[in-house]
Amino acid sequence: MADQEITLMKGNEAIAHAAIRCGCDGYFGYPITPQSEVLETLAAEKPWETTGMVVLQAESEVSSINMVYGGACTGKKVMTSSSSPGVSLMQEGISYMAGAELPALIVNVMRGGPGLGTIQPSQSDYFQACKGGGHGDYHLIVLAPASVQEMADFVDLAFTLAFRYRNPAMILADGAIGQMMEKVVLPPFKPRRTEEEIIKECPWATTGRVGMRKPNIITSLELRSEEMEIINNRIQDKYRKIEESEVRYEEFMLEDAEYAIVAFGSAARIAKKSIEVARAQGIKVGLLRPITLWPFPVKEVCKLAGQVKGILSLEINAGQMVEDIRLAVEGRIPVRHFGRLGGIIPDPDEVVDALKRLF
Amino acid sequence: MTEEIIIAGFGGQGVLSMGKILAYAGLMEGKEVTWMPAYGPEQRGGTANVTVIVSDAPVSSPILSNYDTAIVLNQPSLEKFEPKVKPGGTIIYDGYGINEPPTRKDIEIYRIDAMDAAAEMNLIKTFNMIVLGGLLKIHPVVQIESVLAALRKTLPERHHHLIPKNEEAIRKGMEIIVKQ
Repeated sequence: MADQEITLMKGNEAIAHAAIRCGCDGYFGYPITPQSEVLETLAAEKPWETTGMVVLQAESEVSSINMVYGGACTGKKVMTSSSSPGVSLMQEGISYMAGAELPALIVNVMRGGPGLGTIQPSQSDYFQACKGGGHGDYHLIVLAPASVQEMADFVDLAFTLAFRYRNPAMILADGAIGQMMEKVVLPPFKPRRTEEEIIKECPWATTGRVGMRKPNIITSLELRSEEMEIINNRIQDKYRKIEESEVRYEEFMLEDAEYAIVAFGSAARIAKKSIEVARAQGIKVGLLRPITLWPFPVKEVCKLAGQVKGILSLEINAGQMVEDIRLAVEGRIPVRHFGRLGGIIPDPDEVVDALKRLF
Repeated sequence: MTEEIIIAGFGGQGVLSMGKILAYAGLMEGKEVTWMPAYGPEQRGGTANVTVIVSDAPVSSPILSNYDTAIVLNQPSLEKFEPKVKPGGTIIYDGYGINEPPTRKDIEIYRIDAMDAAAEMNLIKTFNMIVLGGLLKIHPVVQIESVLAALRKTLPERHHHLIPKNEEAIRKGMEIIVKQ
């Protein structure tokens, strides 16, 4: 396949192709609808024969995430993907990796919960992705793609950020983005890093004591409270730095907007159509789309509160991101939520009706 | 130009692959396309539908409230999607799958006896291509050459000998679609 060829594929397939192309060293996963095409595509592409990337179907999500933990300790670019119930199983490992400050990529192609729930799309893991999910004071860097192209582009971006900050990153997609097909231009091939390059980039990693250097110990355990507080403070300082430097968002028709919709992922796509419909009816509304859900675009939402009369948080859940919007707005303007549950995706007309009803 | 299409029927009727070939053909013409499936856990027999948008401009929502064209292949799909066709829009239905035809007066209604034709031609698996031919006759969303190119691109090489049969089916569909 030529580097710049335009092709048609599912979001899940784009993740797999992008992983191979960005020089990923290993994928460990377990099938679950609606993300199974990630593992299927990797199995079909057989990257172990070309780039040398390992692709392994583990016996469960718990194994997958612990294989990722092990791979990440060695400075390798490793990832897993799953859908909501599977990502719940991974939370212990994710918390350990955040505590041990390890770079890795976790892809969650969300389906409706709670519990086994449904196989249909949902955005109801926002809290889990952005507020911890596992135990302890930690954050993932969370990217929310809204197109198949972004599914492809965010794999490399997620790894870049994960290694820049030694922190696990998550691509938080949903069943709609995973299953839909769109045009995509896959990123150009990057070779996997050599052992020497990994040693240079990751002096902290367990790469073997070449020249009898000081041993690198990777753990999230520290029984001395004073030491553990120092570690926690260092991690929190890192989070403040990420909040300052890595916020990403998109604005759409906000210049003259009197109302704003804040939405991420597939909900943001629906919002754009709703905005066309609403503007045709004389309602001046625009969109702020957080691309990073953590760090959340707090300053941008805060600024919006000085411009518009109200904000609608459009989410395919019962209202999760709306809490972050309200914190950023600090009570200055009304913030309402609209969403559908159980795997039902709101359609553009419903969103316009909600706008009219709620403001 | 933007054409917003829903194709709906039972799983196993080729609904999703028909949409995929339509989307791929659009892609080959340099258009913006989105293919958004909705189906249950079953492989066959459950309901399946797919929204296909082919446009000259970037596509916003892959999920729509209403459609320019609804292609309905069974009764439940007709009941679900007839009210969601835009005024002035189009319904195409298969005579075999639909007992009670659409009744709206503000849209164009076409019938295509694709299941019967597929059986007559002894090409039952090309049912969906007959329906696609019908669509392309009344709304040339894409050129038939692009559809054939899309088939070459999406079908595994070992199935390429079937492409002439698919072309035959598409041309059959163009012949047998009738306005009601």
